[in-house]
Amino acid sequence: MYSWDFYTVFQSWDLFLYGLWLTFVYSVGSIVLGVIFGLIVCFARLSKVTLFSAAARVYLELFRCMPLLVLVLWFYYALPMLTGMSIENTTAALLALSLYVSAFYAEIFRGGIKAVDSGQHEAGAAIAMSHVQIMWRIILPQAAKKMLPAFINQSVIQVKNTSLASVISVAELSYMGAVVNGDTYRPLESYTLVAVLYFLLLFPLTQVADRVEKKLRLSD
Amino acid sequence: MNDAPPIFSVRNLSKSFGPVQVFSDINLDVTQGEVIGVIGPSGCGKSTLIRCLNMMEIPNGGQIFFRGRPTTANFRGRNGSIGAGELRRKVGMVFQQFNLFPHKTVIENVIEGPVVVLKEPRQEAMERATELLRSVGLADKRNAFPNHLSGGQKQRVAIARALAMRPEVMLFDEVTSALDPELVGEVLNVMRKLAEGGMTMVIVTHEMAFAADVADRVIFLDEGTIAAEGSADAVIHKPTQERLKRFLARFHA
Ligand SMILES: Nc1ncnc2c1ncn2[C@@H]1O[C@H](COP(=O)(O)OP(=O)(O)OP(=O)(O)O)[C@@H](O)[C@H]1O
Ligand SMILES: [Mg+2]
Repeated sequence: MYSWDFYTVFQSWDLFLYGLWLTFVYSVGSIVLGVIFGLIVCFARLSKVTLFSAAARVYLELFRCMPLLVLVLWFYYALPMLTGMSIENTTAALLALSLYVSAFYAEIFRGGIKAVDSGQHEAGAAIAMSHVQIMWRIILPQAAKKMLPAFINQSVIQVKNTSLASVISVAELSYMGAVVNGDTYRPLESYTLVAVLYFLLLFPLTQVADRVEKKLRLSD
Repeated sequence: MNDAPPIFSVRNLSKSFGPVQVFSDINLDVTQGEVIGVIGPSGCGKSTLIRCLNMMEIPNGGQIFFRGRPTTANFRGRNGSIGAGELRRKVGMVFQQFNLFPHKTVIENVIEGPVVVLKEPRQEAMERATELLRSVGLADKRNAFPNHLSGGQKQRVAIARALAMRPEVMLFDEVTSALDPELVGEVLNVMRKLAEGGMTMVIVTHEMAFAADVADRVIFLDEGTIAAEGSADAVIHKPTQERLKRFLARFHA
């Protein structure tokens, strides 16, 4: 019978706490950057300028069809050889995570914008609003509502995906689990604790997502 | 006054979607204070024609002059021409499907144009919007959201929203076609009041009795041209062309 010993791993609480903090930072950082890049790519994809929309398509396919793990490794090990500039593992991880999620966000944004009735654009145009005014004041607020559930869903996945940064030694939560396991030889407790911490981080988020979705369904 | 150029002068206008020619060589003047009814079979290009008047559709050939000035499809005009932006400030449009902004309240719908486009102070715009809503009989709905309104109420808000821009001419594209029959009257009454107030209007409609009643002039659009044109009485009550007669027969039946 295995004798559980959480006490040993709890002694490394500061490592877990730091890992949890980094997981949070990489999640928020890559989600914020991903939204910014995603909006840019989404507008490029919708652009009537062929160069922009073609470039956006290449970007989308590239990042959607590559495993995140490969991207993380590529940005850390391959990119410096191409550019001749060394890159911090933290930067490489943030870059890979942000670009990866931006491709999915871009498609979610585009879907939301497309789902807004075309009559809305016409109504804005009929009162002489410019394209930019129509986009920000009329289309995006309605699109945001439509894409919120998909956006939250993708963001939940993104939080979990930050764990892949551990392969280039970014000391986020799952990496710290490995570290503590190495120190204590207690894989069961170390990784169970990591799993529980991820769960505690994400469970509230999925609950909010469910609430939001129900509310949105009621409102129209 | 009589020498002033018409509000719209349409010259040799043509429009096609890809290989499909909708109409060609359309000529039409809309003078100040005139109410024009546009009728014709489904798909003949009535919507396309009035959507060209505010550059919602870009014509393929010909010219549209607004008060004597040439118009262009670009948002900003140059060299004396009127761009789509300026044109749409002066030309109001109401749609069959209302197209109210569902995320904004009734009054926010009405002040959107004045505040965002005309840069009117919000307070001033609110007061005028309240006045306009009263004139279409919806003062009590100012803080409601569009999805709590009936179709007839929505369309009256849409008319108020267009009027809030202080347009010089109003375009109506089958604005009662999506309404339950019992709600048609309240919208037509608002339009009738507008016409009596001297508003210049171009009205695409299937309401023949209404067209005969309010229009100074009726245009029958058919097979890509203006197939008949004249006083409401002449076109609707005393048609001469065979195709026009057959078209009208469907409404009298
Ligand atoms: N955006 C478009 N792309 C391609 N074809 C179009 C487009 N808009 C209209 N058409 C075509 O142009 C023709 C004229 O359409 P339009 O909507 O102007 O007719 P309408 O007289 O308003 O008809 P209805 O009485 O049904 O509203 C139709 O054959 C229609 O299929
Ligand atoms: Mg039509």
